[in-house]
Amino acid sequence: MKRRSFLKTAATSTVVPITISGLGLRTYNSTSLLNAIGKRSADGKVLVIIQLNGGNDGLNTIIPLDQYSNLSKARSNVIIEESKVLKLNGWDKTGLHPKMTGIQNLFNDGKVNVVHSIGYPQPDFSHFRATDIWMSASDSNKLVTTGWMGRYLNSKYPNFPTNYPNTTMPDPLAIQIGSLVSLTFMGPKTGMGMAITDPSTFYSLVDNVSPSVPNTPAGEELAFIRLMAQQTNEYADVIKGAAGKGKNLSTKYPTSNGRNSLSEQLKIVAKLIHGGLQTPVYMVSIGGFDTHSNQVDSASSADGDHATLLKSLSDSIEAFQDDLKLLGISDRVVGMTFSEFGRRIQSNGSGGTDHGAGAPLIVFGNAVQPGFIGNNPTIPSTTTVNDNVPMQFDFRQVYATILKDWFELQTDDVDNIMGAAFDTLPIFKNSMSNIEDFADLVTQIGMDAIQPNPISNDGALNFYTDSGGSISLNLYNAQGSRIKTFFSRDFSAGSHTYIANFEDIPNGNYILQLSSRVKSQSQFIQILK
Amino acid sequence: MNRRGFLTMSKPKNLADPTKLKVVRRTNTGLNKYVGTWSKSEVSHLLRRTIYGPKLSEINDFSKLSLSDAVSALLDTSNYTFLPPVNNYHNTTPDTNVPYGKTWVNAPVDIYLEESRKISVKSWFWSLPVRQKPTIMEKMIVFWHNHFAIQMLNTPIAAMCYTYVKVLNDYALGNFKTLTQQITVDPAMLFFLNGRLNTKKAPDENYARELQELFTLGKGPGSKYTEDDVKAAARVLTGFSVNPTTTPYSTFFVSANHDTTDKTFSSFYGNKVIKGKSGLSAGTDELKELLDMIFSVEEVSLNICRRIYRYFVYYEIDENAETNVIEPLAKIFRDNNFEIKPVLRALLESEHFYDSWNRACIIKDPLMHIAGYIRQWEMDFPDETDYQKIYNIYTFGSYYNAVTQMNLGDPPSVSGWEAWYQVPLFQRSWITSDSLPKRNEFQDYLLWSAYKVERFYFAVDPWKITKQFANPSDAVKLIEDAISFLLPLNLETNQLEALKEILLPGGIPSYNWTDEYNAATTPSYPNHATALASATVKLKSLYKSIMNLSEYQLA
Repeated sequence: MKRRSFLKTAATSTVVPITISGLGLRTYNSTSLLNAIGKRSADGKVLVIIQLNGGNDGLNTIIPLDQYSNLSKARSNVIIEESKVLKLNGWDKTGLHPKMTGIQNLFNDGKVNVVHSIGYPQPDFSHFRATDIWMSASDSNKLVTTGWMGRYLNSKYPNFPTNYPNTTMPDPLAIQIGSLVSLTFMGPKTGMGMAITDPSTFYSLVDNVSPSVPNTPAGEELAFIRLMAQQTNEYADVIKGAAGKGKNLSTKYPTSNGRNSLSEQLKIVAKLIHGGLQTPVYMVSIGGFDTHSNQVDSASSADGDHATLLKSLSDSIEAFQDDLKLLGISDRVVGMTFSEFGRRIQSNGSGGTDHGAGAPLIVFGNAVQPGFIGNNPTIPSTTTVNDNVPMQFDFRQVYATILKDWFELQTDDVDNIMGAAFDTLPIFKNSMSNIEDFADLVTQIGMDAIQPNPISNDGALNFYTDSGGSISLNLYNAQGSRIKTFFSRDFSAGSHTYIANFEDIPNGNYILQLSSRVKSQSQFIQILK
Repeated sequence: MNRRGFLTMSKPKNLADPTKLKVVRRTNTGLNKYVGTWSKSEVSHLLRRTIYGPKLSEINDFSKLSLSDAVSALLDTSNYTFLPPVNNYHNTTPDTNVPYGKTWVNAPVDIYLEESRKISVKSWFWSLPVRQKPTIMEKMIVFWHNHFAIQMLNTPIAAMCYTYVKVLNDYALGNFKTLTQQITVDPAMLFFLNGRLNTKKAPDENYARELQELFTLGKGPGSKYTEDDVKAAARVLTGFSVNPTTTPYSTFFVSANHDTTDKTFSSFYGNKVIKGKSGLSAGTDELKELLDMIFSVEEVSLNICRRIYRYFVYYEIDENAETNVIEPLAKIFRDNNFEIKPVLRALLESEHFYDSWNRACIIKDPLMHIAGYIRQWEMDFPDETDYQKIYNIYTFGSYYNAVTQMNLGDPPSVSGWEAWYQVPLFQRSWITSDSLPKRNEFQDYLLWSAYKVERFYFAVDPWKITKQFANPSDAVKLIEDAISFLLPLNLETNQLEALKEILLPGGIPSYNWTDEYNAATTPSYPNHATALASATVKLKSLYKSIMNLSEYQLA
């Protein structure tokens, strides 16, 4: 069922206590909200995508304090000391990695929204395939060669690159800082991003200097070709102009450890936006999240490789947001992090964590509805090496939300770009109307713990649906692959009991997931014969 | 494809100011035989300059040879076969005299077929480098085409275009003096520079001037022929004409049109007098005497050696290069009675040629770029008897060659392409605001998409070369090998990082690429299909990114 049709049938009262998945959501008066955001046009709005390359360990980033004892059993050698976990105002069950003071400040200032346990059905554990899935917004088992942003930009600027740049859109449609190619920006016919053929050339535009060449005839000819390449780049002048006009005012940017640091990349983005570039999408990246070993310092789990990365991420975002504010452009910029996957619940013997599935995603900016969406992931009391954080939300719901509520597309257009209908999430303040609906939606199904657990053959499951509709019950193995569908059909509103048969399932840990069109709930079960 | 556009290309302006990019040139190396390191790097340098788009297998094969043997192999054309253009056009313009797939060069002239044959010969001419064996022949044919320029589109009969190329091929590595003699009476040249209209009643000095100013003596410091010498040479050359009744048109001599008086030359030529002759052999005899006189001036050998130097080494000739390279090379040329091979051998074996100072400083001409690309990626062509499709692709290639400012067969003027003579830009004139994006577009087009001829897709298969690399499942080695195959220069750290980011984003461990490569190349793997698709995209991204670097435009 599509959400809209559901809304028509669902009885929604005008005053609904705004709770999402049992956690209180800070409420905003909807009138002031509309004033704050205004019904301004999507023009001028900017999305900054921050790619965390390698698969970020979500459980050591956004820490589920109510699961702490189980979590410390599962990952004793990497867990962050409970006392060091950063607190968030009004959210006592969830905290942040100790190095994320920047995000903590932003969160407490109402500028951060975190969506729990983002993933997709049948997760892939290859960096490449998983990255392609995230960038193309494809199903796990489908090959899509265009990127979600590429499709969006193609829908907005359909004939690109013919007759571009032009007076209406003189600037690049998308810029990826410091890298060469990204599937994210691949449109149906061509790449929609600015073609940066050589990182040296790009930085020389931003810095307005010539890249160095060897002092030989070859160097001389190379300098000539590069100069021509720069003069030939139809966007060279606008980039140069914007970089020249734009400023960075924040003093909070962490000291750069090289041209490619996240802080440097975000500085360029702030500068280009402030300099007047109308480019709606930027992509930046920070690598190194593939923390298979030595994720934390053996002496202090709050330090180490992962801590350094999170500090860099958090400090850079805080500085960027500060910069946007000082530059007076913070209302029209939001940022979003993503990583190709999360990591396993259990740590490994090398003081690290292996490729996993669900993980939190951070959206920041003035326009976001502060708080969390979804529940803390549930950590079972005993875990196996293959246990993953099951997904609560599909990453494509975040994309659809950004397209609909940030870039203000019509639902049909969003569906076209996404290739299917995905329900939006209350990430933005202007999704306020959705929030009330959403509160209904997300509370519409639920289940009790299956009895018994561990299960040998049959288990009894009580579940309910507030409004009725299509519900499915699936069993996933620890890798996240679906291995059994118990049912997928319509149920009437109310409580139901289902006897699930596990005769054909070998011993091990599994995830049992109850899903409606818009909400999933999962529980860990153990098969023991 | 727009045929008219193919025929008449406009020329955009060059934007960059070349005078701001000057280094002081310093090297003292000369023609001593190079005895330094002889590794793949040197082999690649040699092949990049002497054949179009050296293949990985050719670089490997030549690496097994000594320097001398490598140069000998490049100069050895004993197994060279020269196949003329064929009827590829019968589906659009039926030819009653020539069956499909057979050559039309000896067929009767048919004005209704001339345009088809002209496209056929131009496409065929362009295909020589693509189909070449690893010898220097094709580079030299183009060298002489630029030197003894004609314009095929202004040549009345397509078969003349073929005979012109045949002459270049016959003498490309032979004797320069004989070549000059042959070209002087070549039908296409007699048309292009009006030699056929040069009669004793109405002398036409066009060819006589270019013979001295461009083809032999040049405009260098030692070239001091006079206007009277131009007039006298024109009179020597009176009487040659083109027979319109034979197929292909052949040169013949009309003794009645020949100026039989004595021709007296200036003191520059030692006041030489060429005695006026009459009879059927008068033209040929006097031409021989004229060439003997011109070739007795040292400047001829110096001029040709300078042009060879610009073509194979670098366009700037400083005093050191003039003294240490050009002068001794010219002496070799003279001492060998203008045989071309000894000159090429001396240059290609010299320490100057392998001097690190002279590496990677040639900007690829469009033919090196376009034909080189097709060759180096070993692109598959349709079945060899599918002439229509094959020629369609040749036409496509020659079209791209033309839109990137080198319309092969039709240089802009009798001086050839500016890149090889025009001060101060020289080769930089290849790179313009228009041509550089088109070069990149061509590269990307055949890599990401395909040129489609009916059901044949002319496209790069990135796996073909990838699998030839020594260790393609190792991302770092793959990148290293791809760079040294595709680029003549090493890259800077930030460029390397950006390339590595394509295969191993975010610094993930290298086994991730290895796993994907293995899955992509092993059909029995469960994730073979997705890995193949994903790895293919990565390889294309990698190769595209490398070729989009400015370094790819150098050789």
